[in-house]
Amino acid sequence: MAIQDDIKSAIAEVLPGLSCVIGWGAGPEPLRAAPLFMRDAADVEKFTAGFLAVNNPALFLPALKGAKVGLVVKGCDARSVGQLVAENLVKREEVHLIGYPCRGIIDMDKTAAALEGRCEPGEVKGLREEDGDIVLDTPGGEVRLAKTDVAADKCARCRYPNAESADVFVGEKIAPVVERDDYADLAAFENMELDARKAFWEMEMSRCIRCYACRNSCPLCVCRDHCVAASREPHWLTQADGVRDKLFFQLIHATHLAGRCTGCGECERACPVGIPLLTLKRAFSRQVEGLFGYTAGLDQGMPPLLTFKLEEPAIKEREW
Amino acid sequence: MVMSTDTAKKFVSFEALPDFLAQLAQGACVYAPRRENKAVVYRPWSPGDNVEFAARPTESCKHVIFPRSEELFSFTRGGEGENPDDSSLILQEASEPGPAVIFGALSCDARGFLAFDPVYDGCGTGGKARDVYYLKRRAITTLVVRTCKTPLNTCFCTWVGGGPASSEGADALMTEIGNGLLFEAVSDKGAALLQSLPDASAEQGAEATASREAAQGRFPQPADIKAAPGSLRALFDSAPFWEKQTAQCLYCGACTYLCPTCYCFNITDESNGIRGVRLRSWDNCMSPLFTLETSGHNPRPAKFNRLKNRVGHKFSYYPKIHSGRFSCCGCGRCIKSCPSSVDIRKIVLDAIKEAANV
Repeated sequence: MAIQDDIKSAIAEVLPGLSCVIGWGAGPEPLRAAPLFMRDAADVEKFTAGFLAVNNPALFLPALKGAKVGLVVKGCDARSVGQLVAENLVKREEVHLIGYPCRGIIDMDKTAAALEGRCEPGEVKGLREEDGDIVLDTPGGEVRLAKTDVAADKCARCRYPNAESADVFVGEKIAPVVERDDYADLAAFENMELDARKAFWEMEMSRCIRCYACRNSCPLCVCRDHCVAASREPHWLTQADGVRDKLFFQLIHATHLAGRCTGCGECERACPVGIPLLTLKRAFSRQVEGLFGYTAGLDQGMPPLLTFKLEEPAIKEREW
Repeated sequence: MVMSTDTAKKFVSFEALPDFLAQLAQGACVYAPRRENKAVVYRPWSPGDNVEFAARPTESCKHVIFPRSEELFSFTRGGEGENPDDSSLILQEASEPGPAVIFGALSCDARGFLAFDPVYDGCGTGGKARDVYYLKRRAITTLVVRTCKTPLNTCFCTWVGGGPASSEGADALMTEIGNGLLFEAVSDKGAALLQSLPDASAEQGAEATASREAAQGRFPQPADIKAAPGSLRALFDSAPFWEKQTAQCLYCGACTYLCPTCYCFNITDESNGIRGVRLRSWDNCMSPLFTLETSGHNPRPAKFNRLKNRVGHKFSYYPKIHSGRFSCCGCGRCIKSCPSSVDIRKIVLDAIKEAANV
């Protein structure tokens, strides 16, 4: 891909002035890339972008504070960086962003569903991208899948495919997939009766193994080694293997991210047992956007729930 | 005409499988892989439940024998209310676990328990410090292993002495043939479990054997990792090597908690007022709290210290004291489910290469 070479050139150009550039390289199997930390020209040769550029590189920024780091970013990744900067968790001048037009990324669960009856995603021996399709080399022969059918949900509601805040943008900007997020996924969930919703979360959370991949993959989850879930003194959460404590943690997580979450979906993707965690986060995001008119990762300044105003323009308290 | 039969082998058609499982469920809790939304997990089976045979389980079945969180005992303290000087403490033993059958464990999962066994059976203490909680469950659990037909890209059981139809650690093996499953007892426990089943025909036995042999051929040739224990020791102080290997790691616990051989735990008292329980729950060496000492000192402060330990433990420190056996069964779940695509095979191979150059 020509754009791939152009991104490599952009990386090579800035790399000498940076401690590293984070992007994506080959992963452990054909359907998965891995985060790539590029420190020299040989590393840059390993760079790959495209449909497998799944991981959000903004995750690594807070731990690298103090050194100037380059990131290759999708539009959604750039929003995470924007939010880190807005909250003073990362200095903008310590980050060099290389943007490119992102046309969506793969969702492994949807790919598994599309392959059902043929093989597991882990049996796919090769992959090539052909325009709007991916062609998979499976034990039973080639399987062609439309990217739109196996792309992450967030890609179907993508408003910012272009990393507008990038220092360098490689390639031509593309049009957003949608103009506004209608939260149709939440509406579908909220159509369920309360009892059914409760049963749904009980079932989903009962699979939780408490690995905290959700937390550790979240670029905005910056307490890291000082999480309430790990604290023994005070001992907020029990070690009991119950749904109550597991859901309790998820609600704490979602509350801490209210108005900060940019919807990158890494929590849900990272969950090894497929708990739909982004649903909780999106419910909070919708509230905050509606109440405070603040869009995480795009707007400047502290998120509304981390600050205080005597009167909120959108909350007509006196008219109640 | 009398059909020639192979008495050691039994056959159950998929149609008759629910009846067999129902029969097993009368005397034990039967755990079987079930598809639940996007994951395949081991759940207690009850009539009407499907058993997932297509996709391999996301998690290992170790929690059946080593629960995620297990009550060791409960306690009630005196000294409250009318008798503030009452210093009594009443302890109550936890309820006894019941027999279990793990139906459809993978061969790697069964071998995983072999890494647990010496540790929980008092190794290093001359058998004095035996873990009664683990050993009790281990003794009353029967493992029915489903042999694998194909490897996943992340599978490497063959590197660590396993294979798609390894019977090591299993009580019985089952292999999918045609319209059903061929069973073969490996232990007395397994034989007792299969006793009531009709014998398989010689043809069915041969079909299963052929299927397993074909599967063996599809699995990767083992990489030579004999040097791993020494190489990892040699690299113990090579921080730059480990920092590079660890850069992409998120230090979550997905690898550890999905691993059939990771056996570390934590103990906490969970009390509410004067009553409480002492729990033993899974812990993982990727967490910074794992080695945080009371003094505030943490000997493994950075994620590279912790991932080094994880790999070193499995491929160097454990084999050193357990006759060379790696505490890894090659199931590859740590690779398959790693949100950041960390590949433990690559780390081990890179370590061998790096140590050779030092």
